[in-house]
Amino acid sequence: MPPARGRSPRLTDRRLAVLFIAPALLLLLAMSVFPLLWALYLSFTDYSATRGGPAAFVWFGNYTAILTSAQVHQRALTTLIYVVGAVGLQTVLGFTIAYLISRRTRGRGLLTTLFLVPMMLSPVVVGLFWRFMLDAQFGVVNSLLGSLGLEPVEWLTRQRTALISLIVVDTWQWTPFIMLIALAGLTAVPRYLYEAASIDRASEWFRFRTITLPLVWPLLLIAVLFRAIEAFRLFDLVYILTSGGPGVSTETLSFHVYKVAFLGFNTGTASAYGILMVLVVIVLTQLYLRYLNKLKED
Amino acid sequence: MAVSARRGRSALEIVLLTVLAVVMLFPVLWMIETSLKENRDVYAVPAKFLDFKITLDHYRDVFVSSGGGRSTLSTSFLNSVIVAGVSTVLATVLGVPAAWAYSRFALKAKKDQLFFILSTRFMPPVVVVIPIFLMYRQVGLIDSALGLILIYTAFNVPFTIWMMKGFVDEVPAEYEDAAMLDGYTRLQAFRKFTLPLLVPGIAATAVFALIFSWNEFVFAIFLTSSDDVRTAPPAIAGLIGGTTVDWGLVAASSVVFALPVLVFAYLVRKHLVAGVTLGAVRR
Repeated sequence: MPPARGRSPRLTDRRLAVLFIAPALLLLLAMSVFPLLWALYLSFTDYSATRGGPAAFVWFGNYTAILTSAQVHQRALTTLIYVVGAVGLQTVLGFTIAYLISRRTRGRGLLTTLFLVPMMLSPVVVGLFWRFMLDAQFGVVNSLLGSLGLEPVEWLTRQRTALISLIVVDTWQWTPFIMLIALAGLTAVPRYLYEAASIDRASEWFRFRTITLPLVWPLLLIAVLFRAIEAFRLFDLVYILTSGGPGVSTETLSFHVYKVAFLGFNTGTASAYGILMVLVVIVLTQLYLRYLNKLKED
Repeated sequence: MAVSARRGRSALEIVLLTVLAVVMLFPVLWMIETSLKENRDVYAVPAKFLDFKITLDHYRDVFVSSGGGRSTLSTSFLNSVIVAGVSTVLATVLGVPAAWAYSRFALKAKKDQLFFILSTRFMPPVVVVIPIFLMYRQVGLIDSALGLILIYTAFNVPFTIWMMKGFVDEVPAEYEDAAMLDGYTRLQAFRKFTLPLLVPGIAATAVFALIFSWNEFVFAIFLTSSDDVRTAPPAIAGLIGGTTVDWGLVAASSVVFALPVLVFAYLVRKHLVAGVTLGAVRR
């Protein structure tokens, strides 16, 4: 027997919505928005977490110091090379693997599952393990190179190779991500389009360019943007694999913020850095969400 | 001619796929091998691929300390279970009702609210951790499980809302409307008719939240320091701090750490696309 009809359902709806949403939003306000506002405040001061005492306002001092510092430009360049290199490689490799898998009729599920393993691992595990494999003396990578008659490479201890190693490891871990998304796009391409094209005796390349790519592209773009944001904020892999070294060759902006904040304890400066990074992330996220919206509306 | 060309191409594709699969999986296999090797084989040059004696010593060392009794690592695993488990439950309890409300009701600036929620998840952790660190220092949450649980809940809530909203959208609102015509209130309609249909989606979402918390490292390393509170990722990373590194132990603890994730990921493989894009892309 259903209960009696409730009073004024519209009021209940609104109250219910507030009741259901407010706790989640409050938590986000307390744990995300408030800390960021605090960081914003600190970024205008010379506060130091270890020195204590009241902070003096320096207004935009931290910001001008950061934006005009050659050191920071160097870190920004490193970050850019890393993000573009890693995400670029992942996109090419991931899409290739997805394309190859999508052309198989059997064993698709098993192949996909196997390829996805690296992505599910913690960056800590990935970083540690590659550090072991890339070790100059007893690492398996150099051992393999040796058996091919090649000279051993100091993967993590030379300026130039360290950044390449970082890109390779990140690519290894995140190629599956692009592959997964690309595969979702590729399998969604309706079969009849290909059939129609093959009746017209269209070449394989023509089919790829006119049917596959335009249909998969929007989804692929989402995946690429997502990865770019993630790569930009990446910290753990750098920390474990190279700790920014040798020298500062793999010191990305994320890692630099850590050094300023937790090794130099220039909390004010670090906060200004942080705010600038957040601005970059917000721009990238807006781009990401805009494309996502477009994809959903189509 | 055309047929043999196509066959040749197909064979080439299979070879290429196999090579790529071997490259992608080799590090994982090497990790498992290393965890089973005796120490002198771990550092053997040239590397030993197949001819080594299998030992489970490293796995024992993960759980049992050298003097007997529980090892520090096993404590950290237990901490990880608690922190990841509790934060997942909290994120689910907070996120599922919110997702339902966002799906069902016409709210002011709903799209903006949802975008705002997702963008909090994209904040760089190294940046967020600075004010969080100061905040926790003020209220005494540094080096406490509660502190980690709170921050993990906060970063899983946006994910839960986005992921669950997709699942709620798939349940027709008409079910609830019909129930309300029968005299149920909105809340009762949600509890009795919609919620049971959402259970598989909630389970999948919770599994992803669990994986994210389990794997998290940045907050863990900056907000905790003592062995009693530390979760597994910083504890495993701590194994390489000393002058000599026991790579066999690193490998074994990594395997123990990664195994549950792989099992869970396999269970939710159908929702993987949505899960790894934080609920944004659904196919």
